[in-house]
Amino acid sequence: MPVESLFPRLEPLLPSVQKPIQYVGGELNATVKEWDQPGVPMVRWALMYPDAYEVGLPNQGVQILYEVLNEQPGVLAERTYAVWPDLEKLMRQHGIGQFTVDAHRPVAAFDLLGISFATELGYTNMLTALDLAGIPLDAVDRTDEHPVVIAGGHAAFNPEPIADFLDAAVLGDGEEIALAITEVVREWKAEAKPGGRDGLLERLAASGGVYVPKFYDVTYLPDGRIQRVAPNRAGVPWRVHKHTVMDLDKWPYPRKPLVPLAETVHERFSVEIFRGCTRGCRFCQAGMITRPVRERSISTIGDMVQTGLEKSGFEEVGLLSLSSADHSEIGDIATGLADRYDGSNVSLSLPSTRVDAFNITLANELSRNGRRSGLTFAPEGGTERMRKVINKMVTEEDLIRTVATAYSNGWRQVKLYFMCGLPTETDEDVVAIADLARKVIETGREVSGRRDIRCTVSIGGFVPKPHTPFQWAAQADHETVDARLAKLRAAIRSDRNYGKSIGLRYHDGKPSIIEGLLSRGDRRVGAVIRTVWEQSGRFDGWSEHFSYDRWVEATEKALAGTPVDLDWYTTREREYAEVLPWDHLDSGLDRDWLWEDWQDAIDEVEVDDCRWTPCFDCGVCPQLGTEIQVGPTGQKLLPLTVVSDGAPTRG
Amino acid sequence: MERTQAPPVQKLRIRFAKRGRLRFASHRDFQRAFERALRRAGVPVAYSQGFTPHPKVSYAGAAPMGAASEAEYLEIAVTEECDPPAVSAALDAALPAGLDIVDVVVADHGSLADRLQASEWSIELPDAPFEALAAAVKAFLAEPVVEVQRMTKNGIRTLDARSAVVRMAVDPAGPTIRLVVRHQSPTVRPDDVLTGLRRLSGLRDTAHVATRLAQGPLDETAGTVGDPFNP
Repeated sequence: MPVESLFPRLEPLLPSVQKPIQYVGGELNATVKEWDQPGVPMVRWALMYPDAYEVGLPNQGVQILYEVLNEQPGVLAERTYAVWPDLEKLMRQHGIGQFTVDAHRPVAAFDLLGISFATELGYTNMLTALDLAGIPLDAVDRTDEHPVVIAGGHAAFNPEPIADFLDAAVLGDGEEIALAITEVVREWKAEAKPGGRDGLLERLAASGGVYVPKFYDVTYLPDGRIQRVAPNRAGVPWRVHKHTVMDLDKWPYPRKPLVPLAETVHERFSVEIFRGCTRGCRFCQAGMITRPVRERSISTIGDMVQTGLEKSGFEEVGLLSLSSADHSEIGDIATGLADRYDGSNVSLSLPSTRVDAFNITLANELSRNGRRSGLTFAPEGGTERMRKVINKMVTEEDLIRTVATAYSNGWRQVKLYFMCGLPTETDEDVVAIADLARKVIETGREVSGRRDIRCTVSIGGFVPKPHTPFQWAAQADHETVDARLAKLRAAIRSDRNYGKSIGLRYHDGKPSIIEGLLSRGDRRVGAVIRTVWEQSGRFDGWSEHFSYDRWVEATEKALAGTPVDLDWYTTREREYAEVLPWDHLDSGLDRDWLWEDWQDAIDEVEVDDCRWTPCFDCGVCPQLGTEIQVGPTGQKLLPLTVVSDGAPTRG
Repeated sequence: MERTQAPPVQKLRIRFAKRGRLRFASHRDFQRAFERALRRAGVPVAYSQGFTPHPKVSYAGAAPMGAASEAEYLEIAVTEECDPPAVSAALDAALPAGLDIVDVVVADHGSLADRLQASEWSIELPDAPFEALAAAVKAFLAEPVVEVQRMTKNGIRTLDARSAVVRMAVDPAGPTIRLVVRHQSPTVRPDDVLTGLRRLSGLRDTAHVATRLAQGPLDETAGTVGDPFNP
């Protein structure tokens, strides 16, 4: 039976809310399928990015799954995002449920609600969406009638804080597992849902690749540490493994990027030029959990860029990855694309470049049409010692030489990213950033002969993440972080000569503590999240909505009577033997290898990139049967005829 | 490093519509969508010189966000001679459904903006009682001045909604208000007229959809709006 569009009831409310266009849908390249197709058993996914439309729409993860699923006959996928509080209020008043923007169908009517968590700060938005959809917040209260609520994205590598609210979670690349899950659901529906909801969840869990939290019991020791996480029924594995798509050339998505009417945070066509990272920066969860490196070939990248621009009309192409200049063919890619789009207004950007992989040829190719976007590098640590601890092997010489090259080639602005609160960090390590920035300006002025050289230092609070060597580390408390940032600010400002040329961007340390709670939390944190939400916590990633005090009060209330508290989850250092809340989730990394790397960090020992040096046995490849897939293929990009040739608009 | 942009050789004038849900697109949203459509359609639009070249598109008086329209206008400069029907078809195909091209003509020598002197609007108010609406309109037209307030980003602004209204009547079908509004400064929008109607007569604030039906030269005597492409 077809499901009705909620739009006629939604439309009269739209003139009263902020940016109503975000709820209207109708984006170019959006896919709307018939709810029912005669003779075809359908499986229907609602895909959510749990933040506002302007942030969620460009998200590549959701766009990729949206296309992969919709390409299949018998599968329908639509998108939903967090609605702003003004519309939430009106929706509750008028009894309108969480809806998809594609066809404004109620999320409650779908078979699955897949939520992609790039960050933990979307957890309260998830609760709003569930509540508005009429889906019971607690997974145990749901029946066959409710969608299966399944989490993905990087934060899903530790979904324990939201375990109560999830039916399932998948770790790693979503393309193949989403299709596999679809088939399991289809069969279960076709057989008239044997076993009900649990029957379906058991089938999903049996594969070993889908984590169903309620099939595991967690017991605790008197001091609060986890005693054990164990399956509570047969047919459920002790550890659930992540998914890795090998041969990304076979999955060239997105092919048809969504082009919104509303303004969004990224207005460009993005191509992932590779997944994974082998640099081994110890703080970086993304690098650790996406191993091994799998490159797309230059020809696939070329095709994807061409198709994507044709289908979207975007003027900017982003070549994305964790460290784009590390692609084995990046030089040819940049030159090939720059040649191809020479004379057009298409610009290329490489959002993530390591200092040591940057080179001036690359930078020049990227700015050939004259648009010189700023250069960004991420030394992360202010002293060489600090950089050894985090395994970001960039010497001061490298950094200065690189920025000097940039400035002498016409760049005027350089942005440097750092973190504050890293393990073993002292005040000196952070204040040294001021010296570094000073040297950058000094060198810049020298090599360019100009005084209008600028450098922006952007510094964020470090949050230890699961599945990294720093997962045992004590997070720095926010007072320490704030005090260090104040010292850095003073050091920069006090310099008459260079102070004005250095910009400093930072946030205060409190939000990082909450991120830390959510990032390394266990199931007991679920009650905290619910309490915050009940107190109207929403959009925690937005400074205008985030309330540290609300979170602190919620931890006090929800964790009262337990041996644990906010500090226990954040500023406490863990020991080797402690059961971590995510130990039963397998990212492929060998736990002992992570521990050794943590010890090496404390001893300031560096480890090389295993793409180009021998393997260090992190465990991913043998464990998961994967391997590093890199070029070079030796191909070049074929020249194409310029896009606007031969179009019929000429008179 | 500046690129030299090809010079314009022709100007095209375009009438377009914002229909249905697309009335919630703001002017800036439309601008972005239009510029992308130009690229996708392969229209050889001229770009400005300088470090951040942008397409040479001039927009004339956009409808307020929330209003639909059958008559929005813009002008573009192109670097090659174009065939207007071909441009119309290509652009229409490249724009999302609901942002539709109505007509494309080669610009003549007069200024387009100067010809957009007034707009004809229809405002549907399905939940308003016809008699109350008709009485409100009568009262409105009888006043020499009707002061209303509007919230702007610079604070509250007071303006006279009456002076811009050339003609107004109510059609029981809907019911729908039809009106002709002179373009003046400050601009009087359909919402301002509705505010005025409510102020004068106690009419309740109910759901409404405003649609601009036409925009062009004003015939004061007849109270009608002409075609800016054929003045």
